[in-house]
Amino acid sequence: MAIHALEVLLRMALTFAVIVTLVFFATRLSGSPIDFIVGEGLTSEDREILIRYYALDRSWWEQYRAFLMGFVDGQFGMSFVERRPVSAIVADRLWPSLQLLLPAIGLTLAVALPLGILAAVYRTSWIGSAIMSVAFLGYAVPNFVLAVFMILVLAYTLDWLPVVGNGTALHFIMPTITLAAGLIAALTRFTRNAMLDVLGQDYMRTARAKGLAEHEVILGHGLRNASITILSVVGLQIAGLAAAGSVVVESIFAWPGIGDLLVRSAMRRDYPVLQFGVLTVALAVLVVNALVDLAYAWADPRLRQAEAA
Amino acid sequence: MRQALPLDRPGQSALTLIWSEMDVIQRTALAVGLVLVMLAVLAPWLAPFEPNAQSLLARFRPPIGFERASPGHWLGTDELGRDILSRCLYGLRLTLGLALLGAVIGLLIGCSLGLLAGVAGGRTDAAVMGAVDTQIAVPFTLVALFVLTIFGNSLSVLVVVLGLAGWEQYARIIRGEARKLVRMPFVEAARAAGATPWRIAGRHLLPNLVSPMVVQFTSSLSNIILLESTLSFLGLGVQPPTATLGAMVGIGRDYMPTAPWIVTGAAFLILAVTFAVQILGDWLRDRADVRLRQR
Repeated sequence: MAIHALEVLLRMALTFAVIVTLVFFATRLSGSPIDFIVGEGLTSEDREILIRYYALDRSWWEQYRAFLMGFVDGQFGMSFVERRPVSAIVADRLWPSLQLLLPAIGLTLAVALPLGILAAVYRTSWIGSAIMSVAFLGYAVPNFVLAVFMILVLAYTLDWLPVVGNGTALHFIMPTITLAAGLIAALTRFTRNAMLDVLGQDYMRTARAKGLAEHEVILGHGLRNASITILSVVGLQIAGLAAAGSVVVESIFAWPGIGDLLVRSAMRRDYPVLQFGVLTVALAVLVVNALVDLAYAWADPRLRQAEAA
Repeated sequence: MRQALPLDRPGQSALTLIWSEMDVIQRTALAVGLVLVMLAVLAPWLAPFEPNAQSLLARFRPPIGFERASPGHWLGTDELGRDILSRCLYGLRLTLGLALLGAVIGLLIGCSLGLLAGVAGGRTDAAVMGAVDTQIAVPFTLVALFVLTIFGNSLSVLVVVLGLAGWEQYARIIRGEARKLVRMPFVEAARAAGATPWRIAGRHLLPNLVSPMVVQFTSSLSNIILLESTLSFLGLGVQPPTATLGAMVGIGRDYMPTAPWIVTGAAFLILAVTFAVQILGDWLRDRADVRLRQR
């Protein structure tokens, strides 16, 4: 278990190092890094100072080291637009993003797990096909199209819900649903497949033979075994989908989170903010993946005992 | 061994065979898909107006059948008086064209690297799979945002971004299949007969990898359509005044309270495209049974 944990953490650190390196070289390849890092409208003396500060007159290797050090001591740069450290700007956006993500993930789990289980149990009846058709809709409808139609109907035609901002509870409804729709579709599919794998197993027949009620068989024996597969999917797929979805959803509903920040800074070419924001979200996704990987190893008795034995 | 795709069977026309195997929904998807492709290909002949021609006297006109409609503008006009039907047709053309180009680039990169990793093994394999794992770990929307910002969002950069969007899936699948095939007797026989690794990869492995490639191509096509329309919607993809479906929805959303017809046409076309591609992709996947063979 300890060895496995070390492996997972090492792999995460390595992947993040690769990403940071790629980001560094991409910026250097794309032209003069001074224009990106320093911005326009500075006097030549200011330019000189900043060029020396970022070691742009040195070798690539030293520049790379300066870049990494900046990441470590939090001096990652200033926004062109706001003239504040990028780390402060990104930090301001963290909580609103989580405020949107957590209800969306809660809704996803509350809807997708029961639907996936039902779809697997009733796979031959109309219930199963109805659920899978709905899941297909969630898969095939791009989230911005869903958002646009919802805004058109719920906000502009019926005038029930507000569109922009995160002031009241009503503001949460449309963004949460938009963000959750794609996640629900994905998780329902995975839950159904994981349950189908489990339902045919011998231990399910044993559980029924010893007289357990059907719901105990499905939940206690079926879901419990399927949960390991589901958990791995939640980490690997849902974290990525949620990060990508947040960008779109926050931008549409002008939600003051990181996704909105990324799109805004991309549009305004506020390069330091974009760079730091992308790295932050990438790191968050990697950390979630690593945590899920660890939870997965811990939850699977086969993996736990293989280490102990 | 797996069953051949209907395309491989001689005699009957391929389309008849495919048609006979589909259910109602899949037939609808196929019909819709064919119509959309026709519309995209024939856009320059079908469109009643130039897609970027502005007519400031006829701005915000609703579709035919509503009050204040302007004759000839079947789906109405947008905020600059441009004909929405024409923009939809050209937008569809560009959206499908970009997606196709991106999917082909992804196919070429991914399959070459996957084949290389599968045949060479060892360190090459580890390096390629490391790159694949890295790309899987980072949400691609972020990569696209970043690359489009620092390299500037020109059409050529966008094509590169779309091409990079799906290569890792090809590489993963092709590498797995290639590793299986490499151990098979017919490859060993070819090697014993003195075939070079290049010849083995090109003449013996590649023909056996066509089926998973085709399946992955459809699924990557639908992902790329989604990515392109999302980026264009956010204002980071194709730049105005050029029309793509995503960009039309993105710009039109500002006028939704007064002129909802600007977004609806393009939004419905996006839905039609993603539905058709997804349903046909699912059909093809079930047909070729890639997932079951992967287990």
